[in-house]
Amino acid sequence: MAQPIIQVRGVCKEFLLPHLRHTTIKSRVLNMFRETRTMEVQTALRDIGFDVQPGEFLGVVGRNGSGKSTLLKILAGIYMPTSGDVTVTGKLVPFIELGVGFNPELTGRENVYLNGALLGFSKSEVDSMYEDIVAFAELEGYMDQKLKNYSSGMQVRIAFSVATRAQADILVIDEVLAVGDAAFQRKCYEHFRALKKSDTTIVFVTHDMGAVRQFCDRAILLEDCRIAADGSAEHVAARYTELFNPRPSVEPGVSTKRKGSGAIRYTRVDVASTLFEDGVLTLDLEVQADKDLDEVAYGFLIKNSSGAPVLGTNSVLKKQLLGGLNKGDRVRVVWTVPNVFSDGLYRVDLTITDFKGLAVYDWWEEAASFTAVKDEKTPYLVTPATSLEVSAIE
Amino acid sequence: MRDLLKFIHDRYRYPLILLGAMVVTDFKLRYQASLLGYLWTLLRPLAIFSILYVVFASFLKIGAGVPYFPVYLLFGIVLWGFFNESTTQGLASLVGRADLLRKIRFPRYVVVLSVGGSVLIGFVLNMLVIVLFMIILQVPVRLEVLWLPLLFVELVALSISLAFFLSALYVRFRDINYIWDVIMQAAFYAVPILYPLTLVPAKYARFLVLNPMAQIIQDARYVLITDQTQTISQLFGTPWARAIPVGITLVLAVTSVIYFRRRSSSFAEEA
Repeated sequence: MAQPIIQVRGVCKEFLLPHLRHTTIKSRVLNMFRETRTMEVQTALRDIGFDVQPGEFLGVVGRNGSGKSTLLKILAGIYMPTSGDVTVTGKLVPFIELGVGFNPELTGRENVYLNGALLGFSKSEVDSMYEDIVAFAELEGYMDQKLKNYSSGMQVRIAFSVATRAQADILVIDEVLAVGDAAFQRKCYEHFRALKKSDTTIVFVTHDMGAVRQFCDRAILLEDCRIAADGSAEHVAARYTELFNPRPSVEPGVSTKRKGSGAIRYTRVDVASTLFEDGVLTLDLEVQADKDLDEVAYGFLIKNSSGAPVLGTNSVLKKQLLGGLNKGDRVRVVWTVPNVFSDGLYRVDLTITDFKGLAVYDWWEEAASFTAVKDEKTPYLVTPATSLEVSAIE
Repeated sequence: MRDLLKFIHDRYRYPLILLGAMVVTDFKLRYQASLLGYLWTLLRPLAIFSILYVVFASFLKIGAGVPYFPVYLLFGIVLWGFFNESTTQGLASLVGRADLLRKIRFPRYVVVLSVGGSVLIGFVLNMLVIVLFMIILQVPVRLEVLWLPLLFVELVALSISLAFFLSALYVRFRDINYIWDVIMQAAFYAVPILYPLTLVPAKYARFLVLNPMAQIIQDARYVLITDQTQTISQLFGTPWARAIPVGITLVLAVTSVIYFRRRSSSFAEEA
């Protein structure tokens, strides 16, 4: 294996909590004879170790406050680790955020030159690429206005346009894509793809698991200041999603999100955990009645990972008015649902009610979950099979 | 030799580009919304000079014995102005650019030097005003003026060293700006700017002139304006007495650089 371009070994980072630091001479004098080691220490990173290979596109994910930005700043040489070593063999782009050093009082043109200087370009070098920068940002005719009169989208565009000029072996990027419209984001991603082709190493912090799956060769999940997962983008993205969506228990009766009189209950829930491209979703269920009932309606609702209902129905809506049950009866209920799901994690709610939905016998939220895997990744609620035909007209 | 040049080029190319960009930006921003713009760099010392001249030369008749007292006074104010601005602005420079420090990896000294650079531009413009006054007042130019560049080097070294030291200290202790403000007020009167040093009894004058700023101002006036200026050589009877203020400057420079370098890795977190 090639020599890693970034080596991180046992890196810890601690911050002294600022309100306990002596920032004035008064407090320094007053606390002169006290034990100053009682200062509270906040740990941001604990024993972090990993390698990045040349040309690798590494995603760094984790909740807010998990230490991602601190790690990035340490990689970029802005913060010093409290202990441990970081070895970088290659030229690293010196900044980790777009538009750093932009001054609202300067014109767009002046800011381009200033930002260019921060990237290490002399005035004549910026001169030679100025036209291209403006063209890429699509801001011809605005360059002599002050930056404060730009919309935030325009500011980001000009910042990104300058940043694309950076010549470095390693790029370290902290959530650049949080702003900007869809067209701009696409432009960013196209640029990333081009960088990837040119074998630039990229370390990329994001909350967008779609981007991680799409671009990253590998990803690292930070949780509680440590590396919680390090592996393929797919694996880490799934782990990240789990952080926010604890896997629901599949065993009947264990889930706490279950209500209803219990006169009739689901006793078995069988749902394949992964739904592949060519598959059909099957909810294979068994119910048992504890009382005599006149009318029974079965239903389900499928929600995506952000909790948005995607689809659902029940036997009454399907005009299947099923008769009553006697105490002790067991029934098998099987739903089949065409695979219209977009790529991602889904959860299934199951219900048993009377026909009008007034009496709830069993209402079980998140009784099961499954992951839909789709090659075609759309940002929409559903992704049914579509077909496209393009042909020349004679 | 070529390797050395390449090393210097590689190592200082980025800091120099940054420094240039920051000085230009700073200078542009300073006079941005003002009607007269850059002219203020010249107008301000002229206005201050007029006030002081009216008070000290016309009313109090302090400079009666000094030839070319108006330009003598103005020169002192310009030199002091450089020292004052570069240290006070230098002091706040790191904390003021905390946004850059936290987001970009670059040599931290560039921030302090950029302040020094933009103050230096103002100083050069002020020197043009001095030359103008010298022409108007027909001040003769003597051979001693060749010492002037060396004195300017000492002035810049002293000011920038203090700026380095204070800026790094200010990151930790946020009282420094108030303290420095008071020190500068006191120093303005402890340095013979408004009054000729001859007005001070010799035993006190000897003490005052050990301050590098006093030595620089008096020496600079001596070489540029008039040999009627009392300098450290006359007070101590030997030109080698300069070793003390020059030594103070050197010690300050070395201490500042060491302190700044030692602290610079934590500026990003604390500024």
